Amino acid sequence: MKILPLELRKASYSVRGTQILKDLSIQLTAGSRTVVLGANGAGKSSFLRLCHGLLQPTKGEVIWYGNADAKLYQAFVFQRPILLRRSAIKNVVFALDAMGKSDGSSLERGMEALTTVGLAGKCHQQARSLSIGEQQKLAIARATALSPEVLFLDEPTSSLDPEATTEVEHLINRLHEAGTKIVMTTHNLRQAKRLADDVVFIHKGAILETSLAKDFFEAPKSKEAASFLC
Amino acid sequence: MRSLWEAMATAFDLIWSFDPALIEIVGLSLYISFTALLLSAVIGLPLGALLATKTFPGRQLLIALVNALFGLPAVVVGLLVYLMLSRTGPLGALGLLYTPSAMIIAQAILITPLVTALARQTLLSFWEEYDEQLRSLGLTPVTAIPTLLWEARFALSVVLLAAFGRAIAEVGTVMIVGGNIEHVTRVMTTSIALETSKGNLNLAVALGIVLLLISLSVNLLSQTASSISVRNQGSTA
Repeated sequence: MKILPLELRKASYSVRGTQILKDLSIQLTAGSRTVVLGANGAGKSSFLRLCHGLLQPTKGEVIWYGNADAKLYQAFVFQRPILLRRSAIKNVVFALDAMGKSDGSSLERGMEALTTVGLAGKCHQQARSLSIGEQQKLAIARATALSPEVLFLDEPTSSLDPEATTEVEHLINRLHEAGTKIVMTTHNLRQAKRLADDVVFIHKGAILETSLAKDFFEAPKSKEAASFLC
Repeated sequence: MRSLWEAMATAFDLIWSFDPALIEIVGLSLYISFTALLLSAVIGLPLGALLATKTFPGRQLLIALVNALFGLPAVVVGLLVYLMLSRTGPLGALGLLYTPSAMIIAQAILITPLVTALARQTLLSFWEEYDEQLRSLGLTPVTAIPTLLWEARFALSVVLLAAFGRAIAEVGTVMIVGGNIEHVTRVMTTSIALETSKGNLNLAVALGIVLLLISLSVNLLSQTASSISVRNQGSTA
């Protein structure tokens, strides 16, 4: 492992005096698919952003224990795909170049990533003219082309239809099988049951529970989690 | 006095026959305004992008200053440039007063705040959209600027066309720093003012028509760029 494990040590995040995340302490290790659950506004997305470095803790620490530059071995897929106004392949190549991972073969690596998500045939199509499901798959291709050790996904299927959702879930599973650490949020409990190996439950900005998915869904420890699952 | 129609007919003759005097004046006008636009784009676009993406001490003050300069009266710009370039001014030794260079400087000073302010406004919405994605890919608010400028190129071309429209239609500033010297600094707007005051409406009307055509072309180009920009927004909802 190059960058894992990741530890949050009493990490908090506040905006203009309002505490969004409170004293989060957790260690994320390689291997499992971690699903972050919680009600709307609980702080799931902020938690992911804090881990990825898009937000800086106002208190506490976010520590990557590996030797490599953590930025280079993680990627983020947003709830709403944010694509550049250029072709699908150019979006992937841009990411590789920006992260300094082109090695003169960014086109080949880009095509490989597009093939993985089934978009090779649309590589020259304008990214923003793709369907929303295809756009999300492209966003995943762009992220996976970077060969991340950790892939953060913030409600990646929330705006997709059932068919596209299934495809994206297959992609996530394939990435996991290939050794990528998955950390994702979802508000879809069925999806969480399908994908999660372990669960982090966040309530009002605090981590109330971290447990194996099976244990969480069968016997949640906190009354807030029990109420959330009802 | 000739009728307006006679003046217009003669004006069209001047245009169709590519009258050398007319071509010289139009050519100089375009050269000066395009060069000023280029200068203002080189300064204003990155500065506008920086003000849109980066938070730094004094940013709000700089934004307020740019916005204030945006509304600066053209003749005041002309006067300031005149004072700077006049023989007793701090840059008098350069001998630029009453040259096309002085006119370019004045026009650039006039439109750079416009380019900066409108570019910032345009790029703010692009930055709001791309901020997290670009930072996730390791870019910073500063290193993301070239990408942002490229992504917003069609929207920014509308900004540049608006700035060009203001520059080419400017009269007070270029009159003060250019002096309206025949074959040297005489441009369309200053010629129109001069020829009209002399009662020589033929050239004035011909230049007026050319200026109108340029203005119309700029507007058409601006609309086209705006349409492309809107179409390029695409569907990401």
